[in-house]
Amino acid sequence: MNTNIIELKGVSKYYHDHAILQDVNLEVKNREFLTILGPSGCGKTTLLRLISGFETPSTGTILINGKDVTGLAPHLRPVNTVFQSYALFPHMSVFDNVAFGLRCKHLAKPEIEQRVYEALRMVKLNHLATRKPHQLSGGQQQRIAIARAVVNQPLVLLLDEPLSSLDYRLRKTMQMELKQLQAQLDITFILVTHDQEEALSTADRVIVMNHGLVEQIGTPREVYEEPKNLHVARFVGEVNIFTTKVLEADPEFLQVEIEEKRFTLKNTKNYNASQTLYTLLRPEDLEVWGVNEVQDPTDMYSAVVVQVIYKGSTVDLILKLKTGTQILATQFFNEDDEKLDFRPGESVWVYWHSGWEVILSDEEG
Amino acid sequence: MKKDKVFSTFSTSVIWFWLAVFALIPSFLLFVTSLLMQGDNELVRLQLTLDNYFRLFNANYLRVFLRSFALAGTCMLGCLLLAYPFSYIVARMPKRYKGLLLLLVIIPFWTSSLIRSYAIVAILKTHGILNSLLLTCGMIEKPLQLMYTNTATMIGLIYTLLPLMILPLYASIEKLDLRLIDAARDLGAKKYQVFYKVLLPLTMPGILAGCMLVFLPAMTLFYIPDLLGGAKTILIGNLIQNQFLAARDWPMGATISVALTLLMGLVLFIYWLCYQRSKEPQYEPHQ
Repeated sequence: MNTNIIELKGVSKYYHDHAILQDVNLEVKNREFLTILGPSGCGKTTLLRLISGFETPSTGTILINGKDVTGLAPHLRPVNTVFQSYALFPHMSVFDNVAFGLRCKHLAKPEIEQRVYEALRMVKLNHLATRKPHQLSGGQQQRIAIARAVVNQPLVLLLDEPLSSLDYRLRKTMQMELKQLQAQLDITFILVTHDQEEALSTADRVIVMNHGLVEQIGTPREVYEEPKNLHVARFVGEVNIFTTKVLEADPEFLQVEIEEKRFTLKNTKNYNASQTLYTLLRPEDLEVWGVNEVQDPTDMYSAVVVQVIYKGSTVDLILKLKTGTQILATQFFNEDDEKLDFRPGESVWVYWHSGWEVILSDEEG
Repeated sequence: MKKDKVFSTFSTSVIWFWLAVFALIPSFLLFVTSLLMQGDNELVRLQLTLDNYFRLFNANYLRVFLRSFALAGTCMLGCLLLAYPFSYIVARMPKRYKGLLLLLVIIPFWTSSLIRSYAIVAILKTHGILNSLLLTCGMIEKPLQLMYTNTATMIGLIYTLLPLMILPLYASIEKLDLRLIDAARDLGAKKYQVFYKVLLPLTMPGILAGCMLVFLPAMTLFYIPDLLGGAKTILIGNLIQNQFLAARDWPMGATISVALTLLMGLVLFIYWLCYQRSKEPQYEPHQ
């Protein structure tokens, strides 16, 4: 009984003494949609290439389906890759591209034809079988690259920033299609991306990487709502980070001062008074009220609107607190607040519900 | 704007002038000469005839043509087999070595190939560098007879023409997207499958260009068979040279030259056909 399709144990990768990946331990569950999220140069593509076999780890072992594949060549591994710029063979038709893997295995012609058309139908491009790659649009090339990989029935499909060259709208559509495809094929998908929105919306679990280290592994919700450190918080979504002075700490509560205002916060992680802490608030967790709308501004910050960014379903406000700190607040249109009619220069009150904040210490970041 | 136009008119006219004086007019003169008759006292007798072309269909001339084709073909294959791995390795080198290695390939061009052929003589002759080396190492007991053999001719031809194969091959391998090789391996291709399914078809333009550049001059480098082959084998190049300089039969020399030009045109045409076909889809629809 092994439900982990891929296991990485203490995997490191060095180029000329320069660490690309450091001691990565990772268990990929069978049939999950995993995304690896990180800024460029964080080692996420190297991690993918270690799994596909184009790189060998400097230390550590890699298991696929319970078998040690550490030194195994790419063509002997039960995984297939969708490359960043698709890497379709320019001299072959769509059909020949998709048939490539099957022909390498010398399958019978009727079987090849049947499986190729099956794969092409799955990506809804069976009518383009005779075209050459350069005659296809970016989105179509993308689908052919996927068909070319899944036709080989891999245990794991690796996707290296597959959507990065598509426009925003098409990228959204392809994200949903990838998700559906994964459910339909019932295999593991590992998708590498630097787009946090893409990572959150497609994944069952997200790996956040930075500087060759795995920072956090968790569901999209965990990663967004309970970031393990400041790196993760900063990279996944927008966040306001307040330096927090601890006045008193007991196992239950923290007495803190944030931007010259005192608060009592729950001490969830057993912090003590000597630590430098940071209070994190997502823009959508902040409420912004007009001066006339508030009777009791005790727990609220006074602020001035610097900029109003209208985004259709939301309005982003850049606010300046009395202390000079600039913060970002996102307001939604709803029945409580239909107007959302803020103007630059206007004075407002800013409030957050106690308990929505995340407190992190410096050491964790 | 106006200046640009003046400059472009000027430069194109210079090129046209150059082509007219040094390519078009000589070719035309050659063609006219091929239609004339050999003179006893003068170079040519001004009398039109097709006789020279009929004389071409002589077993001796045909044999020379065939032998030249075979020799040039062998030389072309030899160059290809040597140049492909070399070009591949150079194209995959770090940038700073690439330039240096290509420079080393090009440097011999700065010396006349005639002089370089004499250098090969110095290497291959009975008491030359190669034999001395092999004797000293004890690999052979008596000197190898290399000079004045077909082997020597072949060594000379391949040595002289190898850069012409390397450069176009290098260009086409260098611009090849490495991810295509990754993709092929990822899809389960073994090394040889990567080679003949991806590498070979994608570098075919370079291969064809290199083959043309080697094949055509290989037939006409008359001094290499003369120097290294001991003038025992007559190739087209030698034949033309003999007709002009030894036999003093200018019309016949011109006729052979024209025939050679037409043959090369045919080869270029075949190349063009191959190129056109490589652009068409290979897969026929079934469904």
